[in-house]
Amino acid sequence: MSGLEDLYREVILDHYKNPRNKGELSPPAHRCEGFNPLCGDEVVVYLHVVDDKVEDIKIGGQGCSISQSSASMMTAAVKGKTVEETAAFIKQFKSMMAVHGDSLEADETLQAPQDMKLGDLEALKGVVKFPVRIKCATLSWNTLDQALTELANS
Amino acid sequence: MTLDIAAIRKDFPILHQEQNGKRLVFLDSAASSQRPNQVIDAISDVYRNEYANVHRGVYQLAVRATNLYENARNKTADFIGAASSNEIIFTKNATESINLVARSWGQQNLQEGDVVVLSLLEHHANIVPWQMLQEERGIELRWIGLTESGQLDLSNLDDLLTGAKLLAITAMSNVLGTLTPISELAAAAHKHGALILVDGCQSVPHLPTNVVDVDIDFLVFSPHKMLGPSGLGVLWAREQLLDEMSPFLGGGGMILNVTQESYSAAKGPAKFEAGTPPIAQAAGLTAAIDYLNTHGLDTIRQHEIELTTYALETLPAVVGDDLKIPGPTDASQRGGVLSLELGEVHAHDISQMLDEHAVCVRPGHHCAKPLMRHYGVAATARASLYLYNDHDDVDALAAALLAAKKFFAF
Ligand SMILES: Cc1ncc(COP(=O)(O)O)c(C=O)c1O
Repeated sequence: MSGLEDLYREVILDHYKNPRNKGELSPPAHRCEGFNPLCGDEVVVYLHVVDDKVEDIKIGGQGCSISQSSASMMTAAVKGKTVEETAAFIKQFKSMMAVHGDSLEADETLQAPQDMKLGDLEALKGVVKFPVRIKCATLSWNTLDQALTELANS
Repeated sequence: MTLDIAAIRKDFPILHQEQNGKRLVFLDSAASSQRPNQVIDAISDVYRNEYANVHRGVYQLAVRATNLYENARNKTADFIGAASSNEIIFTKNATESINLVARSWGQQNLQEGDVVVLSLLEHHANIVPWQMLQEERGIELRWIGLTESGQLDLSNLDDLLTGAKLLAITAMSNVLGTLTPISELAAAAHKHGALILVDGCQSVPHLPTNVVDVDIDFLVFSPHKMLGPSGLGVLWAREQLLDEMSPFLGGGGMILNVTQESYSAAKGPAKFEAGTPPIAQAAGLTAAIDYLNTHGLDTIRQHEIELTTYALETLPAVVGDDLKIPGPTDASQRGGVLSLELGEVHAHDISQMLDEHAVCVRPGHHCAKPLMRHYGVAATARASLYLYNDHDDVDALAAALLAAKKFFAF
């Protein structure tokens, strides 16, 4: 299975089969829905911010292994971070996913601070070789981004 | 008569390629079919030898191109049993054909509170144009529901049709393969004084169609799903209806006269064909219809019933009971469209694994979100069969599905 190993790394399958932070949070946590119009997948991000920190985050909805594992890793990565750090993290992840063609290098100009390692999320780099799946990987991130915007405006 | 699949496959150059060292298995004809050499050659012959804009030129080349274009109209009329080629309108695709009816007939005949009846089987193409009229002028939409087995629930049809102006309904579901009883539906609609529009996108490529026998009012379909080119759609409507309808798009070709003050519309199909039409595509459609007629739609249908029966038996036997294929279980009541659900494994992941095995299927909601929601699934992996598919293709699908199941097992 040549290319598929790049897509379905072990970490990804692990997060898919044992998703972290799956479930719901009740108000005052913020609730935000995201749709992938191409495949019909829906993700719900529940975000509880206290004192400018991501106190808790949970993921609802359904999706493929890529969208589910990406969401799972995302929750693990941003929990406990400040809102600002989370926003920078989203930016960094999206820049990794926006890489075109065969190059697996992220756009250096968009790098977040050095101490923010993508960690497990690096495993999702392989997705850029499968352009139709990039939207799966970024769905929960865009939804979290939206949730932060909504919170900032409320 | 049976089909000689090996001979048919020889006519389709695109099927003779490998991916990852494996024979390409094309199972996505419900989205768009492939084309035989006869169609490809007909299209390139237009560009090499016969091309000019139609309907205007006096020179011989333009006359020949016009004849090719109008010949496609005659062919298409014969293919669906239409009374006259004046009843065939060429559009860009079936979606545009439905929008044409909604904008032209709909704007003229539907006022606030008027009822259009749809079914839960519909493709978005036969939902959204009516929802747009619902939004703009407050028409009411009613929905025919489904039974357990994915057939139309006709138990309250009379209630739904009471006071309705139009029944807009598919002849074959692009998700479940369900065939709907068009004659019966047409009779019911007419009894209530409603017209019936049939979405034949999935049925016309696979089953003999005769618009007079089933007594319908509008039919739409897409040549790209029946071995023809993309960029061309068909609308058939009874001539009297077309005569009464106002134009859809305005521009060249659809006029009788234009002054600074106003315009008057052309008569016949031209009224609905503004601008330069899909000329080479029309010649491709002629060739596609010839190809289908050579093999015979009855024979093609028999082949697909046999192959669908084989798939409905083989796939769960090889893959296991967690493989579900919703829709009618009797292949004579459905087309060769198989929506595959494999336990917890997501359609995207199934399709990705199938691609690794060079098996082409389509994951997603298939532009039928109300139907998917009814079944409580976000996405299925859809495999669809046509005249060039055989048992080997179904076996390759089964093997790839088994591999997907093993890889993603929880
Ligand atoms: C049942 C049905 N209706 C309508 C359409 C729309 O056809 P087109 O995309 O050619 O306009 C399709 C195909 O996508 C279909 O399967």
